[in-house]
Amino acid sequence: MAEKEKKGVKLEHISKIYKDPKTGRDFYAVKDADLEIKPGTFVTLLGPSGCGKTTTLRMIAGFESPDEGEIYLGGEPINELTPNKRDTAMVFQSYALLPHYNIFDNVAYGLKLRSLPKEEIVRKVTDILGLVGLEGMENRMTNQLSGGQQQRVALARALVLQPGVLLFDEPLSNLDAKLRVSMRTEIRRIQQEAGITAIYVTHDQSEAMAISDEIIIMERGVVAQIGSPTEVYYHPKSRFVADFIGEANFIDAKVLSGGERAQVEVLGEQLTVGNHTGLNAGDAAQLVIRPEAARLSDDGVLKGKVTLSTFMGSYQYYRIVLAGDEHEIQITDYNPIGRKTYQEGDDAALDFSAESVYIIPGTGAEAEE
Amino acid sequence: MTTSQSARLERKKLMGDPIMVTTIVVLITFLTLFILYPLAILLVDSFIRDGAPTFSIFSEILALGSFRTAITNTLKVGFLVGILSTLIGLLFAYVEVYVKLNTRFIGGIFKLVSMLPVVSPPFVLSLSVIMLFGRQGIITRYILGIYNNNVYGFWGITLVQTLTFFPVCYMMLKGLLKNIDPSLEEAARDMGASRMKVFQTVTLPLMLPGLGNAFLVTFIESIADFANPMIIGGSYDTLATTIYLRITGAYDKQGAAAMAVVLLCITLAMFAVQKYYLEAKSTATLSGKASRERMLISDKSVKYPLTILCALLALFVLLMYVCVPFGALFTTWGRNFNLTTKWFAQVFTRYKGFRVFRDSFVLSLISAPITALLSMIISYLVVKRKFKAKGFIEAVSMLAMAVPGTVLGVGYIRGFAGGVFRTGFLQSFYGTGAILVIVFIVRSLPTGTRSGISALRQIDKSIEESAYDMGANSFKVFMTVTLPLIKDSFLSGLVTSFVRSITAISAIILLVTPSYLLITVQINEFAEKGSYGLACAFATILIVITYGSVLLMNLIIKYFGTSRKVKGGEE
Repeated sequence: MAEKEKKGVKLEHISKIYKDPKTGRDFYAVKDADLEIKPGTFVTLLGPSGCGKTTTLRMIAGFESPDEGEIYLGGEPINELTPNKRDTAMVFQSYALLPHYNIFDNVAYGLKLRSLPKEEIVRKVTDILGLVGLEGMENRMTNQLSGGQQQRVALARALVLQPGVLLFDEPLSNLDAKLRVSMRTEIRRIQQEAGITAIYVTHDQSEAMAISDEIIIMERGVVAQIGSPTEVYYHPKSRFVADFIGEANFIDAKVLSGGERAQVEVLGEQLTVGNHTGLNAGDAAQLVIRPEAARLSDDGVLKGKVTLSTFMGSYQYYRIVLAGDEHEIQITDYNPIGRKTYQEGDDAALDFSAESVYIIPGTGAEAEE
Repeated sequence: MTTSQSARLERKKLMGDPIMVTTIVVLITFLTLFILYPLAILLVDSFIRDGAPTFSIFSEILALGSFRTAITNTLKVGFLVGILSTLIGLLFAYVEVYVKLNTRFIGGIFKLVSMLPVVSPPFVLSLSVIMLFGRQGIITRYILGIYNNNVYGFWGITLVQTLTFFPVCYMMLKGLLKNIDPSLEEAARDMGASRMKVFQTVTLPLMLPGLGNAFLVTFIESIADFANPMIIGGSYDTLATTIYLRITGAYDKQGAAAMAVVLLCITLAMFAVQKYYLEAKSTATLSGKASRERMLISDKSVKYPLTILCALLALFVLLMYVCVPFGALFTTWGRNFNLTTKWFAQVFTRYKGFRVFRDSFVLSLISAPITALLSMIISYLVVKRKFKAKGFIEAVSMLAMAVPGTVLGVGYIRGFAGGVFRTGFLQSFYGTGAILVIVFIVRSLPTGTRSGISALRQIDKSIEESAYDMGANSFKVFMTVTLPLIKDSFLSGLVTSFVRSITAISAIILLVTPSYLLITVQINEFAEKGSYGLACAFATILIVITYGSVLLMNLIIKYFGTSRKVKGGEE
């Protein structure tokens, strides 16, 4: 594919206000989003349904207009451009293939609109169908294709236009689980080969982790955190992020002294833990323990009683209630063979290193409100 | 502050699309000038005399005993016709959806009955009722020996309108019944309810809003009907005929305008209830598709009586239609039953038949494609686009559905005879074929738009968005994506509007000038005069034309239509 300038996308204080159809009141679907997406990167907008991720994507595509702020594509403001004049191409959740055209015509649609010479259209369409693995299927109608193939056509149709930025709106959500996994690898491969900027909307955190250079996590219209998959997993800034990305246990903690390694008091015990959000002495905090970050042992720091012990194949799954706390903590002990297996009712303690657990701001009571 | 930016951006995006802006402006002008303005002028006419506002015009027409009688007559007929049509429609729908029909003959009859309202000119049944049950009626006089039977009046109109409108109810209720999930009824059966009990406690309550809907739709059709009361009403005047006579007989155009306002208010009120209350309710209770096939009733004690009842009714209706060509073939209906072609010959030799058919045909042929295209454009704008005037466009095109033809006719006379606002502007337009074409368009627009809207709602919005996203402008999207996807709806709109135009009479009869001869007006004239042979000859040819067009449409859809599923989304 011929090289074309990759474009970055910048959102400057973007807000979108909708009217709630039930109450008739205005609310922010997206509030003050400030994003910078570098050229050639693969960025995911991740969040639960209703968090504003699709609205953000549709504002970039031009289907919605922001109520505040300006959107830039490759440095140019594009707020006033209609979708057909923006250098973006979108892959829709429902694929949105034109049902009255065959595959060739679907992929060639945008090229024909640009009045390219016929031979060039044929060449480009053939090339791109090769890239997505649909060579030789030009004459099939869209209803003769499987879901995965339809998705490939949708991708080819967007790619062939060599847009400045490629937009994906939950493209894999209509596929079955297995196909989802192989398609996301494929999408990543094709994006890398084409060297194109991509913005990808999903609510599936493992998809986001697997595919992106950078993840933008959104919560109720607000950007909660931006970072690489490792960053958002190991250094979540809030309980929402820690909870949404992967599994996490939260225990209330009191910060005794700040710094890169903080001293905290948890359930009456003093511990040294990670402190990437820079909490200071006296701050209310929560200790985050990922289920795989700790193991059970006979003489760890936090003691408790095992309430559930299940063998899951690749790991042993425990639930344990710590002394002085009413919540159950989940622990996944991978590759447990050769280690002691605890049974329901056994006394056990949590064993972890200072690098593998950390504190974040807030209290458990706040989170439950 | 905040929302103004997105409003400004949306406006800017819209303005960047000149074809779209032009289309919207043209549409708004068209709807305002040809639907809103004529109705507004009626209001002005009935409240302003000699430049001053007054109620005197209303008090004058309300003082007319004949007008008050017309109001009660209209409502009485409408009410009874509404109830009867709904009941017969329900019977047919129930039998088709619930009862096992094992002969193709019965299935064919049902199909025919559902086609009749599309094909038949409005007054054909009136003609046949007179020929079968009138003073010279074959059944009354020759079979039963009754010499002084009077079919004219209340019962005549009620019979004819019921038979004309019940197929509409049948089609509406059939759709609703099919949407009832069979497991609801099975659950009731399972808990020990008899079939009758299930019908009373499950099916009927679920259907109630739908039945109300069907009743009101028929009610509106009945009180707006002009042709049947004209032919079979005798001295029993309804609002539509009274207004017509006010103009053609008493030359009181202002009085007619005030009367038209009264009729319009009634239909608008009914329409509002039907559209905003019942329609929403009936779809809310019966959302979703049936989860699986319904076990059809094959119980003989239910099956035979219901099927036979339906078959008899259907055959009766068919008999009426068969009557028409024979009316044209008998030498003198009621006296001399020798077959002759003299009526057909006279149609062409003495009564300018060729010109009549050419005029009707050409005018309808011009209006049909315009109507079909306009209604598809309106549907597209209403369903797929967002812009400020969208509500206006949707409301006005639906409003046209509630406007009786007679009211529209009076509105056009008052609105265009002296030019727009009596300024002379567009005056030359009055009395031309163009105004007839416009009336045809306005009369057929709501049905076309309705079918277009429901077809478009089936299509995933992102299909058009994707084309837009790939760089197509609105015009391109409409031509390359929307229109091909609703081709079936477009083609059927084409034929429906052609058939509706060529069989239209109520508004047209007030506006037509001697330079245009229209079939329906001729039939009406000959029927009025009692020349049934000629009326039947004209009507027969008309039925052949309309039936032929419908057959042609089915053929075209079969070969050029999209039979593929055009739903986007999940597989």
